[in-house]
Amino acid sequence: MNLTLRVWRQKGNSGAGKLVTYPAKDVSPDSSFLEMLDQVNQELVGKGEEPIAFDSDCREGICGTCSMVINGIPHGPQRGTTACQLHMRVFKDGDTITIEPFRATAFPVVRDLVVDRSSFDRIQQAGGYVSVNTGAAPDGNAIPIPKSEADIAFDAAACIGCGACVAACKNSSAMLFLSAKLAQYRHLPQGAPERIRRTVKMVEAADHEGFGNCTNFYECEAVCPKNIPAHFIAEMNRDYIKASLVSREFDDVHKSAEDEG
Amino acid sequence: MSNINLDAKIPPGPLATKWSSYRSQSKLVNPANKRKFNVIVVGSGLAGASAAATLGELGYNVDCFCFQDSPRRAHSIAAQGGINAAKNYQNDGDSVFRLFYDTIKGGDFRAREANVHRLAEVSTLIIDQCVAQGVPFAREYGGTLANRSFGGAQVSRTFYARGQTGQQLLLGAYSALNRQIDAGKVKMHTRTEMLDLVVVDGQARGIITRDLVTGKIERYAAHAVILATGGYGNIFYLSTNAVGCNVTATYRAYKRGALFANPCFTQIHPTCIPVAGEHQSKLTLMSESLRNDGRIWVPKKAGDTRSPETIPEDERDYYLERMYPSYGNLSPRDIASRAAKRVCDEGRGVGPEVAGVRRGVYLDFSDAIRRLGKDTISQRYGNLFDMYKKITGEDPYVVPMRIYPAVHYTMGGLWVDYNLMSNISGLHVLGEANFSDHGANRLGASALMQGLADGYFVIPYTLASYFGGTQLPKITTDHPAFAETERQVREQILRLQSIKGNRSPDSFHRELGTLMWENCGMGRNRAGLEKALKRIPELRDEFWKNVRVVGAAEEFNQQLEKAGRVADFLEFAELMCLDALTREESCGGHFREEYQTEDGEALRNDNDFCHASCWEFNGVGNAPNLHKEKLVFENIKLAQRSYK
Repeated sequence: MNLTLRVWRQKGNSGAGKLVTYPAKDVSPDSSFLEMLDQVNQELVGKGEEPIAFDSDCREGICGTCSMVINGIPHGPQRGTTACQLHMRVFKDGDTITIEPFRATAFPVVRDLVVDRSSFDRIQQAGGYVSVNTGAAPDGNAIPIPKSEADIAFDAAACIGCGACVAACKNSSAMLFLSAKLAQYRHLPQGAPERIRRTVKMVEAADHEGFGNCTNFYECEAVCPKNIPAHFIAEMNRDYIKASLVSREFDDVHKSAEDEG
Repeated sequence: MSNINLDAKIPPGPLATKWSSYRSQSKLVNPANKRKFNVIVVGSGLAGASAAATLGELGYNVDCFCFQDSPRRAHSIAAQGGINAAKNYQNDGDSVFRLFYDTIKGGDFRAREANVHRLAEVSTLIIDQCVAQGVPFAREYGGTLANRSFGGAQVSRTFYARGQTGQQLLLGAYSALNRQIDAGKVKMHTRTEMLDLVVVDGQARGIITRDLVTGKIERYAAHAVILATGGYGNIFYLSTNAVGCNVTATYRAYKRGALFANPCFTQIHPTCIPVAGEHQSKLTLMSESLRNDGRIWVPKKAGDTRSPETIPEDERDYYLERMYPSYGNLSPRDIASRAAKRVCDEGRGVGPEVAGVRRGVYLDFSDAIRRLGKDTISQRYGNLFDMYKKITGEDPYVVPMRIYPAVHYTMGGLWVDYNLMSNISGLHVLGEANFSDHGANRLGASALMQGLADGYFVIPYTLASYFGGTQLPKITTDHPAFAETERQVREQILRLQSIKGNRSPDSFHRELGTLMWENCGMGRNRAGLEKALKRIPELRDEFWKNVRVVGAAEEFNQQLEKAGRVADFLEFAELMCLDALTREESCGGHFREEYQTEDGEALRNDNDFCHASCWEFNGVGNAPNLHKEKLVFENIKLAQRSYK
């Protein structure tokens, strides 16, 4: 296949970027999208030009490292698929493909298609855990968990933290990501003691990082490579609102989050 | 040869009480003093994240480093199958001893008894810990944890979270790590690559790193250094490893005096999606469970390119069923892998021709679909069939799957004693990066177990013992050893950039990978290894004359990252081949074609090779010194593995 790529090139976070056109020649339809970029990069390096910077690692759809917007859609046109698992046979010979980084205020560009998603880590650090020290655990079977609840928790825990939900959202909201983590713990008894505290702290952290709010466009759900359902956001909002109305803990946590901010 | 004392420091007493008596008697650090110790953890996979989190909980000051943009992306995340633990929840006769025995036997009797027994002991604690963290393990309707069986075991002891067990366990460790980051006990350094180890007066006291975003070279000092940097399977270029996996951290430690043990022990997994073309950057594993219902075959005739459904039954060779009638398609990993290579070498492989050879065999479900119906097959393997289709564009319900073996895991690693400390005082090595627990072959669902055992339950004790019993003078990064190590790191970067040759780092990596796969892959022999040992230095020389590293050092530069890693692979490759050449026996993943039984089984030589081969660096291009740790089996009898 022969293709024309329009690729976002940007030296660093401070510099301005622009779309640059490159030919991608003799691409195998069996190549993954990233292997096609590898091939273009090898040609650029051969000419002494700087290759297109992009993030990837496992290349099997699980690590969440790859992050690019392909023809306007995070991870490209195939549903439930990361860019690394997207294969060139979904495109047609002669296509022009536009490739841009995940764009959001909270995801500053590092270089070209590489963005800084450490804001996601900071949200998790704010409360995305069960406070249990190593060695303090009861026997694994001491807490029976209904299979149906465990399955929901797993559906939520399948999030790979790639950030496609943010890139797709017109508000740059991280709520699908946030709510997936919260739902994992919400549906497990281990998460119950810190449920309110965790919800408030993580929501505040996301606000602080500059992610927007949810206005129910469901773009996040549509691009999520792991098909995380958007109704987790509703669960999260219910917990947050309930906490703000009736929980004394809410005021404490809210206050400390603001102080830290 | 330097005077190295290979004392494994195995505690005295009966096997079953070694670990408990160690814990009762080892030195401790009092809580108020823990905050006076700084610990460096390199790597944030299962071993690194669990170690960093647990040491933070205990009160140590931890600096944790990863080259990925987030600790959650370490390659442990890609493990599919499960994690073993001797819980005996199924009441099917499992025990700590049985898990210990299976692991030793699976490793073809080339691992250290005491370490493996401890691993089996703490396995049960891992499950409890992960459940408490909120890891969503598979459950039965009654709410208890579910188990499944896995290769090399006759009991169901594998815990799992769909096909994403590694992901869920890593996210559990990552959450514990995040809690300590939030508490200020762990400082996380992402997109930061360790480029060298700093040794001061024989003690590991720090590392030199490169910030992958700014290119800044930095020094970090600590009282101990923990490497949890994974395996080196990417030396083959194509493997199931993530593209970033590399040998640099462990190899640089080796160059600073740490012994590298059994580097030739690599594991090949039989059921991966074959290479599709020259563009291929990595290989994807398909769960081995597919072999329960799929039949493996190739055409009888070489060069038969007819589409599979048009090849009549009597012109097909179901070679595993033919050669191993009792095990058939469920022959062990190494047997199945080597048989596939053999038929492809004979020109009977299927699928696209890559570099002149068709490397693939059919895994055909048509009989199973006829017998059980498409629905049953879909229930059993639906997600795997979907993944296969996504990657190959072919529908395995209609066209037979194509599979081929690929490099998956490396059992070799830095030598460690019972404390998981290398021969360099203070340098500890955890998880796949060390050599300790899997011998010559790792059983399925045991990698996750080892990573978490080392990080959650072993290093917290052994590190306290080290701190409690060692004089550690106060050192800052101003010490001359830091300056000298940093100078060498900078020099190598400058050297890489100054060559301005004609070949990309990637092209050298590809060539090295092919050379290693052909000569030090599934089957090895003296001629091939000698050929590789001649070619590797030539390729390395060419690299240092002709590599082209585009871009500057003081910025985000993936070419420079890659060049540094390939440079280390080009040295390490020689060590692997030398180890494979020196080990004149076949065991586990190491198959020397000269040493096989009449039936083509691995022929071990316990008289001459019942040891770990531990290599000491002696300068690039010079033969390293070999030290042997004799493996003593006091609790089990060595036996020939048999699959008849």
